[in-house]
Amino acid sequence: MTFWKKECSLRQWPLDTKTQDELKALTTMCGIKLVSKRYCHHWVEFTKVAADPSIVNLGQGLPDISPPSYVKEELANVAAVDRLNQYTRGFGHPSLVKALSQVYERVCGRKIDPLTDILVTVGGYGSLFSTIQALIEEGDEVIIIEPFYDCYEPMVKMAGAKPVFIPLRNKNDGNCASSADWVLDPGELAKKFNSKTKAIILNTPHNPIGKVFTREELQVIADLCIKHDTLCISDEVYEWLVYKGKKHIKIATLPGMWERTITIGSAGKTYSVTGWKLGWSIGPQNLIKHLQVVHQNTLYTCPTPLQEALARAFWIDYKRMDDPDCYFYSLSRELESKRDRMAQLLREVGLKPVIPDGGYFMIADVSTLNVDLSDVDGNQPYDYKFVKWMIKSKKLSAIPLSAFCGPETKGQFEKYIRFCFIKEDSTLDAAEVILKNWTKQTD
Amino acid sequence: SSKLSFSSQAKMSRPVQARRLEGVDKNIWVEFVKLAATYSTVNLGQGFPDFPPPDFLKEAFTRALSGEKHMLHQYTRAFGHPPLVKILAQLFGKLLGRELDPMTNVMVTVGAYQALFCCFQAFVDEGDEVIIIEPFFDCYEPMVKMAGGTPVFIPLRPKAPKDGKLMSSADWQLDPAELASKFSERTKAIVLNSPNNPLGKVFSREELELIADLCVKHDALCISDEVYEWLVYDGKEHVRIASLRGMWDRTVSIGSAGKTFSVTGWKVGWTVGPNRLLQHLRTMHQNSVYHCATAAQEVVAQGFQREFERYGKPDSYFVQLPKEMQQKRDQLVQSLVAVGMKPIIPEGTYFLVADISEFKSDVPDVPNSDEPYDSRFAKWMVKNKVNASALFHRIYHGVFVPSLLAVLIRASSGGNTTSGQRPHPDPVLVWKKPGHCLSPW
Repeated sequence: MTFWKKECSLRQWPLDTKTQDELKALTTMCGIKLVSKRYCHHWVEFTKVAADPSIVNLGQGLPDISPPSYVKEELANVAAVDRLNQYTRGFGHPSLVKALSQVYERVCGRKIDPLTDILVTVGGYGSLFSTIQALIEEGDEVIIIEPFYDCYEPMVKMAGAKPVFIPLRNKNDGNCASSADWVLDPGELAKKFNSKTKAIILNTPHNPIGKVFTREELQVIADLCIKHDTLCISDEVYEWLVYKGKKHIKIATLPGMWERTITIGSAGKTYSVTGWKLGWSIGPQNLIKHLQVVHQNTLYTCPTPLQEALARAFWIDYKRMDDPDCYFYSLSRELESKRDRMAQLLREVGLKPVIPDGGYFMIADVSTLNVDLSDVDGNQPYDYKFVKWMIKSKKLSAIPLSAFCGPETKGQFEKYIRFCFIKEDSTLDAAEVILKNWTKQTD
Repeated sequence: SSKLSFSSQAKMSRPVQARRLEGVDKNIWVEFVKLAATYSTVNLGQGFPDFPPPDFLKEAFTRALSGEKHMLHQYTRAFGHPPLVKILAQLFGKLLGRELDPMTNVMVTVGAYQALFCCFQAFVDEGDEVIIIEPFFDCYEPMVKMAGGTPVFIPLRPKAPKDGKLMSSADWQLDPAELASKFSERTKAIVLNSPNNPLGKVFSREELELIADLCVKHDALCISDEVYEWLVYDGKEHVRIASLRGMWDRTVSIGSAGKTFSVTGWKVGWTVGPNRLLQHLRTMHQNSVYHCATAAQEVVAQGFQREFERYGKPDSYFVQLPKEMQQKRDQLVQSLVAVGMKPIIPEGTYFLVADISEFKSDVPDVPNSDEPYDSRFAKWMVKNKVNASALFHRIYHGVFVPSLLAVLIRASSGGNTTSGQRPHPDPVLVWKKPGHCLSPW
């Protein structure tokens, strides 16, 4: 607890260059490694970009497509019901946990008790927080696969534990056309587990690379979890966004894993309603009960009208889970064509995209362009400088990949940047114009 | 798909939960909500209105959702939706008499509950003491403990009311010397809740100055839970401790849309304070929930805009709601007196505390029970018609007689009860007991 509180007193927001330098000086003085810079400022800086309408924003993971109309309608219907404007059950609105248990019983092939095996949280983010606060503490080690969604590291640290990183490695060494080319080295992974390892955080489909872990890859992880008696925190918020030929497999369904896995889902990613901030944790009662204790001592209950509307939307799609028009499948079909279009545009400019098997992000190698970045100030990784330059001179934004990795692996990831493609055609059209004109402009 | 079983060797063999959960796992609301649901009674215990939100707010919600703005369904600014923080900064700037920056002096949270959590996590560390005034909203204690701090309790003490008069929440006061003795060099903060849940006490300016002086003297923070700030009766003034001398820089004031606009289910709250304190709340917030839901923030902003324009005018919701609730309060007081209970008249909030010591004989005695009396009494009430909370014995470490019952004033007038049973006419404390009929049906 004391570690991050010390850091807190050093962090200012927003972080301008002067403050960054001050921060660096202070942390050097106090002997604290400067990893916190990433926690607070890059999303803040890049979110400022989102407010500028002249910039085509492919950075933040924010859909600008519309959610399905029935989802919006259900919320409007719910708004008219008076009692749905007051508190509901703390651990999850009854109709929502019931709907979730039905959907996931079908997917997992096992009975899921809506009251004891599910906790509804403020987004997938809130589930990560509740899980880590409930089950992780000082003295624990938590394995984090790089690149990683950036909140994993500070949340683990805030719980007083030590993050242990292991990178996905590009097995084709430079020629990685697909997210499937990025793999964990089994020997390397095994070495990261020891008696202090409390959990491993898995993210599949993976943000930012878009990797969908195969059954064999999950089995390697599962075997180690069982051997070392560790937990698995499985962030599956993009579970429905899986493209042709690939299948999302839940590690909790592998033998021996249900008892030690918390599986996290998100309404925001399922229904393109990130602003509803509803997520859930599913697992065995003896684990979920601890998450519930955290929840009752942090925010107690999630908003009622949103939960009721979400429950109704889930019932609509649950009833058609055998039908290809079910939104769980139709969204990924819609996104696949956007993915392919994005990849084509990036290739035409000379960037090397890594085609994702899932999720709505795509990374691309920018080093091949050999852009002169000497004008961009700061002692920052290549990708940060590239993105800053791209925002300023091309009016296009993305997120640098080294924002998603630990301090040791910056060198491996700093030539990549991440694009988000869950965007309306008009946004992609605007990006197309910029990319097609790329080589024509002088810097 | 086949059912997968798990082998026994796969079960986690070591203790899984973190030690920070020790002693914070019980929660009275979780228990009581379950109980009320089991017995299908009117739920008077948990603090939420049984009347609808104001029409202007419901209309704003419907309007927002029917528009083409589908970005209402996507992430907004993490520390608060811009229209909301702007109007909060305007309104509270006016109320506190200072210019507030919406970006750095205001932060939106998932209800006031999450605001409290952020405060305790951001400011309280192991070895820190936090002063809590009894009776208190139950979450303060476990939140302090979860942050590794030590709660230090001080009770409000009743003074006998003037002859023939009913006791008021104003008669419950802190002993200045006793309060001073609770501050030490380990005191990090004091939690103030005014208007107070469950007593309904509205701290006077003098009482707040007493607390303020001690905060300044001991360089302590003040976490000021003011969620009931608009529910104040008898023309009493809600004084904001952050406006007292020396206090702005050391106070975080917490508010709630749920309580302000009777929409507890929307879970929109906020903190107001100096940047040097709010920056740490932002750090905590971005590492726990990061964003709050967008749509409700947009609508609450519109609600506040409307109220800001009508501030102090008779058609302001902030004027009408307490007027209406005051009538309900008075009716409930009469009903309770009529059956021989001794209500303590609340100066604010929608709670009322009543002395139930007269009724001990009606609750079946359970020999050798280590369950405190008023908890049994409350459960007996639940089974016999009415759910009411029995918090006192659990939260009181001080002097209190375990014979006080907190009851919720309701305004249900033909509307739905939470149990879905037939609606009651006013007033709403209904208690059926052979030979005693409390309220006129």
